[in-house]
Amino acid sequence: MTDLADLTVAAIRSGVAQGSFTAREVAEAFNANVAAAQDALNAFIVATPEQALEAADRVDAARAAGQPLGKLAGVPIGMKDLFATCDVQTTAASHILEGFRPQYESTVSQKLWDAGAGMLGKLNLDQFAMGSSNETSYFGNVVSPWRRAGDTAQLAPGGSSGGSSAAVAARLCPAATGTDTGGSIRQPAAFTGITGIKPTYGRCSRWGIVAFASSLDQAGPMARDVRDCAIMLEAMAGFDPKDATSLDLPVPEWEAGLSADLSGKVVGIPREYRMDGMDGDVAKSWDDGIAWLKDAGAKVVDVSLPHTQYALPAYYIIAPAEASSNLARYDGVRYGLRDLPEGAGLQDMYAATRAAGFGDEVKRRILIGTYVLSAGFYDAYYTQAQKVRTLISHDFKSAFSQCDVILAPTTPTATFALGEKSGDPLEMYLNDVFSVPASLAGLPAMSVPAGLNREGLPLGLQIIGKAFDEQGVLNAGLAIEQRVGFVAKPERWW
Amino acid sequence: MSDDALDRMVPELNQILDWVEQLGSVDVTGIEPMTAVIPNTLRLRDDVVDADPLTGGNRRDAVLANAPAAEHGFFGVPKVIE
Amino acid sequence: MSNYRIHGATGEWEVVIGLEVHAQVTSSAKLFSGASTEFGAEPNAQVSLVDAAMPGMLPVPNRECIRQAVRTGMAVGAQINKWSRFDRKNYFYADLPQGYQISQLYHPLVGEGSIEVTLDEKDPEGSTKTIGIERIHVEQDAGKLMHDQHPTMSYVDLNRSGVALMEIVSRPDMRSPAEAGAYLAKLRSILRYVGSCDGNMDQGSMRADVNVSVRRPGEPFGTRTETKNVNSVRFVMAVVESEARRQVDLIEDGGTVVQETRLYDPDKNTTRAMRSKEDAHDYRYFPDPDLLPLELDDAFLHDCRASLPELPDAKRHRYETALGLSAYNAGVLTADVETARWFEALLAATAAAQGKPESEVAKQAANWLTSELFGALNKLGKGLEDSPVSPEAGAELLALVGKGTISGSIAKQVLEKMLETGDGAAAIVEREGLKQESDSGAIEAAVDKVLADNADKVEQYRGGKEALFGFFVGQTMKAMQGKANPQVVNEILKAKLG
Repeated sequence: MTDLADLTVAAIRSGVAQGSFTAREVAEAFNANVAAAQDALNAFIVATPEQALEAADRVDAARAAGQPLGKLAGVPIGMKDLFATCDVQTTAASHILEGFRPQYESTVSQKLWDAGAGMLGKLNLDQFAMGSSNETSYFGNVVSPWRRAGDTAQLAPGGSSGGSSAAVAARLCPAATGTDTGGSIRQPAAFTGITGIKPTYGRCSRWGIVAFASSLDQAGPMARDVRDCAIMLEAMAGFDPKDATSLDLPVPEWEAGLSADLSGKVVGIPREYRMDGMDGDVAKSWDDGIAWLKDAGAKVVDVSLPHTQYALPAYYIIAPAEASSNLARYDGVRYGLRDLPEGAGLQDMYAATRAAGFGDEVKRRILIGTYVLSAGFYDAYYTQAQKVRTLISHDFKSAFSQCDVILAPTTPTATFALGEKSGDPLEMYLNDVFSVPASLAGLPAMSVPAGLNREGLPLGLQIIGKAFDEQGVLNAGLAIEQRVGFVAKPERWW
Repeated sequence: MSDDALDRMVPELNQILDWVEQLGSVDVTGIEPMTAVIPNTLRLRDDVVDADPLTGGNRRDAVLANAPAAEHGFFGVPKVIE
Repeated sequence: MSNYRIHGATGEWEVVIGLEVHAQVTSSAKLFSGASTEFGAEPNAQVSLVDAAMPGMLPVPNRECIRQAVRTGMAVGAQINKWSRFDRKNYFYADLPQGYQISQLYHPLVGEGSIEVTLDEKDPEGSTKTIGIERIHVEQDAGKLMHDQHPTMSYVDLNRSGVALMEIVSRPDMRSPAEAGAYLAKLRSILRYVGSCDGNMDQGSMRADVNVSVRRPGEPFGTRTETKNVNSVRFVMAVVESEARRQVDLIEDGGTVVQETRLYDPDKNTTRAMRSKEDAHDYRYFPDPDLLPLELDDAFLHDCRASLPELPDAKRHRYETALGLSAYNAGVLTADVETARWFEALLAATAAAQGKPESEVAKQAANWLTSELFGALNKLGKGLEDSPVSPEAGAELLALVGKGTISGSIAKQVLEKMLETGDGAAAIVEREGLKQESDSGAIEAAVDKVLADNADKVEQYRGGKEALFGFFVGQTMKAMQGKANPQVVNEILKAKLG
């Protein structure tokens, strides 16, 4: 039944609504793909085939009874294991939360279930969303379904939403949720040839999502095309009174508003993103993107984002600082791992639990975060970084007075082999150079596939929009998607 | 953390900290640190007990469900001497 | 200026005191979650997922808690900051589920204010001092740890975790235990008037951290120590004394005072250094990224101000000027909001019962309340809040005196009976036949008999022993079983004795 697994969210939804196939058939097809790929790709931490079937059966029954169907009725999805799912293990890919079963559901996942979606399982990720290659998970690396032409080396699916990107690309699910703090939706989407969008900060509720960096985290969809992302995002977004940073604005009808006609629109090309020694294929895909958007009717102008080079260091001060505080609650007292050596007191228990429970990257970031917040360094690091952040935000505002959306590559390179960059944290951080600025400014940004490089690996193009203008971003993405004609699919080797 | 874990990590941390030092060269005269990513006002909640079951009390079972050592309704921790 | 000094071996020392008071805000739900704040529930019953710091939980502030803090700030004449921010105070402890406390360091809700304290409550005409308040901010309370329930474990109860606290920081303006005690008592009274905190120090809804340092008069401030969580006015005063003494002795022995946190032991009346509660004293404060800055608009502030009751100083002034009460009585009656409420109910009922304006019956009501009722209740071990006699019942009694139906001394007896039986004054007077005799004929007859029976004393009185007048009054009253109208007795005796 692999043809069902090739369908988009939109096609599944209408197929179920029209009775072309049942929701159960769809769920069964994806459940089978999930099981078949688990050993090779390790995209899931825990599969929940029964839940997918139950949700499907509910939709089938509702349809039979003539009841109205939700916007995602019959669509099974993967849920990044950063979203709390009631009574289903939620680990953030960390040993410190292994076995933790929340007694509550995150707002975003609840909205998806309410819309009729079903859960195929909890997707693997970089531990506590910290990473760009899904190599920091306690539950093992995720392997990308893509391989270089003529090579069997295992490649990274990107991170932190590596399980999500691998699963969507490998047709284990038609769509998945991701979260994006510095690029964790966009970069893995680019690395696996799929589409992913990080909305305006505050558009999706953070309630029930394991917090990494509060002022940056945003949930978003990852799927195979722009329309599917629009459908998913509409279901995920919306004001939540339980989240004080949630935007109290109605959710626009992004799907209905999709249009690839960009006449009258201006696309900005940020000159500071064209870096010395940029990968030739990436530069070419950017030029192709410019041509495509012109073809769609847009005018293209040069813009400047002068503080671009400071975005990554600012991010690597602010995000670890917030994380060091957000992760303080993992102490073995109320849930999760407790490591209590013989005769240990309370503070010993904290130290032992956290030493055993957190992976190296998590520890690194907590240590950096603690350092930059400490007395004597706070002003030089944290306050300075927040000021630079203001400057970066001003850069975008200024650029957006001259254009409607910004086009840039999503990543400086295509994906790399597992283990290739994991020895040098700093090298790994440089993967985020194009994605971090939009995160710091809280702006909506998406990655769409832009073709394959000379090794046969996907490249992505990033569209950044004004605050609240997800529509503009989606539309520019659609314009590219229609002209790329990206039908490449990873060749199944698992 | 063990000594060799520290030995590995300390140079990594130093390298990262050296790299972020470059922020010091940015001219931030007259610039305020960012306090709200997207302009928004802080909404205040009404003073109603248990208005939303998800953020209200009376949920002891849920609260203790994942406790490593729950006893008689309390969380147990190694004895602390103040 | 305070004259309080510690007399050391090498000379005199001045004490400098600052108080940081943590007051639990009166609200139904907690500061950042919807769990209840009620005292005394089953462990962990009033804990939401947010309070338990489950993964993914987020804080949303409670408007009422903010409102109460603003009202408190207004009541101490403080500047209200329309823009303020929440910061995280990071440290590890089992009573702090998030691993940080949401507080306000850099930009508190309330700025500088002050409180006037009267230093000797018994002498309200005596000196007053203005004690400065540096700031008030809101923050989360922590949970409770219990150490004696199990041999190897401590138990954590998070019911209190997340309850709103106001931290009220005084300037280091106090110079004696008496000043510290007076400040704390006055602050407590103001909080109870405003209704923002019930001030129950024994229940822990209000506690003080006492900062004490010593210095030679005129020299700069010395190093201070902080004694935490002192839960009564009496203990605060004891801490000041004992800690100041300890510091003086230490310095004079050649030591230096270490800036540290201490705990008070009421049994030994000493303070001791606390074993460090957190490993780091660096709390790494930074703005809470889950919360935006708090912005208050003028309408909100206007409502807060309009909701304030008459505050103790204003009420005391009004009692003295508009009602003509003595400074002492005005002080006693306004010391606590519940006393003032009771008095004002008594006053209104008394004025109504006697058909007179309040200003005319105020002294009578005040004197009766402070001298008669308080005394009687004290003997029964009751407070005003448990008084079996209501303000209305008191007013009925006072009306009987006001109309001359009974004398003041009979009224004392009637009050006793009212407390015993719960019956009304009029009913008791009727039943026991306690109406005073005002008929001058009857009284004159009794007086005549008394003077006749005590002719020798009459001679002595007329010879200059004026103190005997009281004897004649007493004998007359005795003869009339206490029911004679004392005024009439006095008039007749004066007339007859010459």
